[in-house]
Formats: sequence, C-alpha cells, structure tokens
Amino acid sequence: MSGRHGIEVVELVREFPKGPRAVDGIDLHVAPGEIYGFLGPNGAGKSTTVLVLTTLLPLTSGSARVAGYDVATQGRYVRAEIGAALQEAALDPLLSAREHMRLQTTLHGLSRSDRKVRGEELLERVGLVEAADRRVGGYSGGMKRRLDLALALVHRPSILFLDEPTTGLDPQSRTALWDEVARLTREDGVTVFLTTQYLEEADALADRVGIIDRGRIVAEGTPQALKDEIGRPSVEIVPAQDGDHEALAAVLSRFGESVPALSQSVAVRLRGGESELAEVVRALDGAGISVSQLRLHAPTLDDVFLEKTGRSLEGAGSEHGGDESAG
Amino acid sequence: MSSSTDRGGSFVSVAHGVAWRNLHNHFSHPMYYIPSLVFPLLFFTAFTGALGALTDLPGFEFEAGYEGFQYVFVLIQSAAFGGVFTGFAIARDFETGFARRLLLAAPNRQGIIAGYALAALGRWVFTALVVTGVAFAAGMTMPGGVGVAGLYALALLVNGAGILFASGVAMRMRTVQAGPLMQTPVFLALFLAPVYVPLAVLDGWIETVARFNPFTAFLEAGRGFLVGRPTTVGLAFGLAVALLVLFGWWAHRGLRSAESAG
Amino acid sequence: MREFVRQVAVLGRRSIMRTLRQPASIVPSLLFPLILLAVNTGGLRGATNLEGFPTDSFLDFALGFAFLQGAVFATVNSGTDLARDIQTGFMNRLALTPVRGVALIFGQLAGVAVLALLQAVVFLGAGLAAGASVRAGVSGALVILILSFLVSVAFAGAGALLAVRTGSGEAIQGLFPLVFATLFLSSMNMPRNLIDADWFRVIATINPVSYLIEGIRSLILEGWNVEALALGFGVVFVILVVGIGGAVLALRSRLARV
Repeated sequence: MSGRHGIEVVELVREFPKGPRAVDGIDLHVAPGEIYGFLGPNGAGKSTTVLVLTTLLPLTSGSARVAGYDVATQGRYVRAEIGAALQEAALDPLLSAREHMRLQTTLHGLSRSDRKVRGEELLERVGLVEAADRRVGGYSGGMKRRLDLALALVHRPSILFLDEPTTGLDPQSRTALWDEVARLTREDGVTVFLTTQYLEEADALADRVGIIDRGRIVAEGTPQALKDEIGRPSVEIVPAQDGDHEALAAVLSRFGESVPALSQSVAVRLRGGESELAEVVRALDGAGISVSQLRLHAPTLDDVFLEKTGRSLEGAGSEHGGDESAG
Repeated sequence: MSSSTDRGGSFVSVAHGVAWRNLHNHFSHPMYYIPSLVFPLLFFTAFTGALGALTDLPGFEFEAGYEGFQYVFVLIQSAAFGGVFTGFAIARDFETGFARRLLLAAPNRQGIIAGYALAALGRWVFTALVVTGVAFAAGMTMPGGVGVAGLYALALLVNGAGILFASGVAMRMRTVQAGPLMQTPVFLALFLAPVYVPLAVLDGWIETVARFNPFTAFLEAGRGFLVGRPTTVGLAFGLAVALLVLFGWWAHRGLRSAESAG
Repeated sequence: MREFVRQVAVLGRRSIMRTLRQPASIVPSLLFPLILLAVNTGGLRGATNLEGFPTDSFLDFALGFAFLQGAVFATVNSGTDLARDIQTGFMNRLALTPVRGVALIFGQLAGVAVLALLQAVVFLGAGLAAGASVRAGVSGALVILILSFLVSVAFAGAGALLAVRTGSGEAIQGLFPLVFATLFLSSMNMPRNLIDADWFRVIATINPVSYLIEGIRSLILEGWNVEALALGFGVVFVILVVGIGGAVLALRSRLARV
C-alpha cells in the first residue's frame, strides 16, 4: 500500500481550544519518493501539520491520508508506515545510543536477531558506532540529530517526517544531515516530509516546496518554478553620498516596484529583467548620482514569500506570534 | 571622598536592584512562595494537632501552651529555611547564567549578596506574619508581652546566618543540584534540637546532641521570651552573632570562588 | 500478550537503568526517612510515657512511617521522570511505536518498583538493627515488605497520573509539600486515640495514609491484626487502581493517538 501512496491532505483544519486556528484549511499532495519541503516562519503551522499527519494530534476537520491510511481512523497503520524526528531531538540523556536502539527496535516488534543487526546497521549509517555506548547526555547537537534520524528509521518506514531537523546545527552537521536525507530518498525510495524555516534547506533538498503562513499554504511548486514565478531579479544600489538617497529612489522607481533593503541602500524589482540593468546605470549617470555599490539579486524563496505575504520570511514568525511548540 | 560615596551608592543600588528582582520573582511564582509557607504551617498544624498530649508529660511546663511551644519552633525554622530558599534562588541564577550577568554588571559585588539577603528577609517577614496570624487563630497566647521582641530579633539573626550559609554553598556549587547540601544540614540541626518537648524532658542520645546544638539555645531562649522568663539569652545571641560572622566569611569566600570561576 | 510483556520488559529495563543512573534520586529517598526516623525516635521518646501508648519503644511505633515517607519519594520520582518524558518529546517518540499505553505506565513504574523494594529492605533492616522487633515474626516482616512495596508502587501510580495530567516536572515538584502534608496529617506520630485535638483526630481518621501506617504498625506492635491489615491492603488497592488506571486513561487522552 505504502509503495503507491504518499501524503494526501484535503482542507485540513486544526484549531486549538481557545487558541488560534493553527492550520487553516490546507491541501497537500506529496508523491511517493518525493522530498517535500514545508517552509514557513515560526508559528506558521508547520509543526501542527506534522503532529496531525503523524497521528499525534487529532484534526479538527478535513481529511488526511498518509501511506494510504486515514490519520483520523487508521492511526495504527499510519504509525507502522511512518518514521518521525520531531522538533528537539527527543532522547533520554541517561541512555546510550545503543540502548535507545534496543528500546526502539523492541517496541517496533523486531525479532531478537533483527534488533541487533538493524541497530548496528543504523548506528553505522549515521556514524555513531564509536560513540554508541556513551550516554546521549554528552552528545553534540549534530550527534543527537543523527541518532534521532536513525531511531526514526528502525522499522524501515516508507514515509519520513522531519520537523526542523537542522535547527541549531552548525553548517557542517547540517550538510551531513542533508546528505543522509537525500540518500534515503535516492537509495531507499523513502518519501520525506520536511519542515524548515531555512530557505537554503528547502532550496537544496526539496523536490517541491509548500510555503505556509498563518496556517495557510500561500505557494507551492518546485523551488525553481516558484522563483520563476517571481521571475524578475532585483537591483540594490548604495549611493556614494548619503544625500543622494531620495534622488536614487526616485530614479529607480521608474524601473520597478521597490523591495525592502538595508537602510543605506535602495532596491527595486526590475520590471524588464536583467537586460534593464544597463538602462538603470545610464539613468543614474544622467541624474548625476554616483554609486558606491550595485548588486543584482536573483529571485529567492524569500522573494516568493515576500511576494505572497507582503512580509519577509525572516522575522515573520514574531509578527504572527503563533505557538509553534503547541503546533 | 567622592569615590567612597560612589562605592556606597553602588552598593545600595546593586542591593536594591537584586532584592527587588528576587522579591518580584518570589511573589509572582506560587511555586516559589508556597513551599516557604507550607512547611512552617504544616509543622505547626501537624505538631500542635497531634502532639498536644505531650504537655501531660512530667516536667513539661510551658505557660503559652503547646501552640506557643511549637510557634517558636516554626518561627525559627522558617527563618533558617528562608535562608536556604535564597540559596536555591542563587543556585538557579547561576544555572541560568543570570548570576554571571549580575557579576558582570554590578559595580559592587558585595551588594549582590546584600540584595539576596534583603530579599530573603522580605520573604521571611511575610512568612512570619502568616505563621503568627495562624498561631494566634489557633489559640496561642504571649504571656511575655513586648519581651517577645527578643524572639523576633533572634529569628532575624538566624535568618541572616541561614542566608549566608546557603549562599556560600550556592556560590561554590553554582547548581540547583546543590539543594540537598543546603537543606540537609539545616534540617538536621533543627530537628536535633528540642522540637517536640523541652530539653529537660529529652533523654538518651538526642539529649546529648541537643545540648551541643546551637538551635537548642535559640529555641530555649525564644520560648523564654514568649512566656516572659528569659533563659539562655546571652548564649543564644552570642551563638547567633558567631554564626553570622562565620557564615559571612563563608559567603564572602564563596563569592570569590564564583568570581574566579568566571 | 507476548508482545505486551516484551514492551513492558524493555520499558521497565529503561526505567530501572534511569533510576540506577541517578544516585541523586536514590540516596535522599533512602537517607531522609532514616534521618527522620532517628530524630523522631529520639525527640518523641517521652511520648511512650503517656497513658495508653501502645508500646514502650517509639522506634517500633515510628518505623512504619519510614515506609510511607519512602513512598512519597516514589511519587515524586516517578512523576518527575514521566513529566520529563512528556516535556522533552520522548513520549511522542514512544507514542509513534506500536506500544500500548498500559505498557508505558507499567514499564515506567518498574524503576520505582525496584527502588521501593530496596527502600523496604533497607528501612526494615535498619529498624531491626536499631533494636526494633516485629511481633508478627518473619512472615510478618515479609508482609511488611509486600505492603510497603505496594504502597510505593501505588503512590508512584498517583505520581504518574499527576505527571500525565500536568505534563510538567515543576508542577510535580511543587506538589511535594502537599503530599508531605498528607503524611503529617495522619496518625504518624501519635496513635489516633491519644490525639488531643478533636479536629486533628477527625483529619487523621479520614486520611487514608493513617490506615497504611497502621497496617504496617500492627504487624510490628501487635502481631496479626486482621482488621488493620485488611484496611491497609484495601486502601493500597484503591490507590493502585485509581493511580495506575487514571494514569493509563489520562495517557490515552494526552497522546490522543487514533
């Protein structure tokens, strides 16, 4: 069943008692073997969606099928098909990695001989063999995340949920985890549903991205398609003299709509694309404005977020003030 | 001249700031102020309720009744434990890193200890008021009249000694796991004193231990003040001041240890 | 059924390892009841001179209370461990496996059960070494161990119930004074018939803790008192059912697994 199914979500709503509507009628379709990136600021509804799809939180309305099973009525079957590494590696600091493996493999009902083989295989895979007998309390953040991932894979799930798997990790650990996730999909055909607030993570890893804001999906597609939708690059210019700031803004406004930029610079999205750059330089020259710096930005997923919500992804969470931990 | 004024000013302002913050935290979290209230009230209720018959024992004479007898114990107990709870607060501040911020920001670091001590005093005064109210409601009398001020003065000194002892431990260990190290010695010293019956009625090993326990002098003197028959006053105040000096040195060294640990 | 047993075994193993790896939670639970036993035995020795006091050894009278005090530590330990699992998300990890709620609670209590057995043996051993005697003999001592073990597990079940309901370790620690108060407002320090204050006698009579202490105490002071034992075991079974049953139900609703 799982081989033919990914994740199907229709009009999913999750409302907290006396709280916000954390997920507000989202539709999702994740194909088997796909890496789906769920991108949004803190409090957007990412974790609530994951908790509902992993059967840890009941939905309020709508429907969701994971691996072909209904999360509202067939939780047991859903759980047998999924693995999950939720926000904050949930590990027991007093146990070693090997003891965690033993616990997890037993609870998943693996046979005695399978338990040991599978445990060692996964510890090897995430590079924790040497540290396997040390208590997890002394692990680094990256080691904890790797163990968390290995534990989620114990029962060979067909769908893997990763809730902000690299938050708080250093760049090296982050890249190592990305490689492992990519390998899982490539070699084992695992479907991955990944939430993140990092643009580069979604960009680097996801086949398709859904952008969620205030419980609603505001854009969806491949990272490239989303950026192509915005289509146009922006130009950001720092004047040589501070006094020219307003004059610079006036000149640039002729070439496109203004976009947020650092305080000393002015930026606009070029209506005519990159080819208009020469024209911009000539216009500035004509107006007698000398330029200190000029940068051309290709569109990013942040631009997509900005375009769809009117806000930048960075800092959008605090504006919303939702409760990501509760959902 | 001006520099010494500055030093004095910064001491007062640091102490004031630290005290305000601790009192604010204490009274805005039931988790913090409830235990400091519950234990003396619990001891008072449980001991006076269950053990009143002990006054029938030969040699047990106390004009203020068993309520008065236990009131002195819970007052001294709450004073000593007020200091221990302050130690917990200091240890918690070290764990969260807030204490480091204080050490960095405070121009006068002795003011930090003074601030914690002021807060502890404020907290204990609150507890003492509640305990006294309950004791009166339970029928306690104060035959000693105004002489009972001696009891409060003694409790105040015990409170100060408790704070200095616990803060010395907290600043050396800098973790809330040090809680038992602050709590156990105070608890033991309290209960190895004549808690349930007067010293004269005790016998066996506990009587021997109690004779050398400073809390015995505090309790005996306190009970004397309550009924207007002062006993062991000089010894009790002398011991309290000695403990203050000893633990003052202990806390000062603790502060140095915290400073050198960074 | 075999799967259930396997789940309980592996969760119990984890719980026991956790307990043994936290000496900071074992030592006070062994030490404090013994300290209180010692100071109360010394301080309240005079009470045995009161007319009608059932024994001339306050140690014999007070020994039963040590087991109850140990059980309070069981409540706090088990509650704190479970609440920590909820707070850290470890419970969610377990919830994603096919484990049953009952197995989770039973497994969680295994560590406490081991500690409870250790406590019971230590308290009884220390009491006997200090000169206490058990009127009901060796088989009576065995019943004391069984009853005090059940009391600890029952209290731990109540701790688990509170942990699942609140999901907060701090809330559990905050309840410690309350549980402690329940112990003190009982017949721990004085037989109920010798309690002077009427209001306190009423409280001690309706406080189930009195019957747990009196059940154990009867074996030490009187021998085989069927009524006291029946009340002791009856109360412990009620707490067991309410605590563990309540914890299982509360866990089911907290996990909200479907």
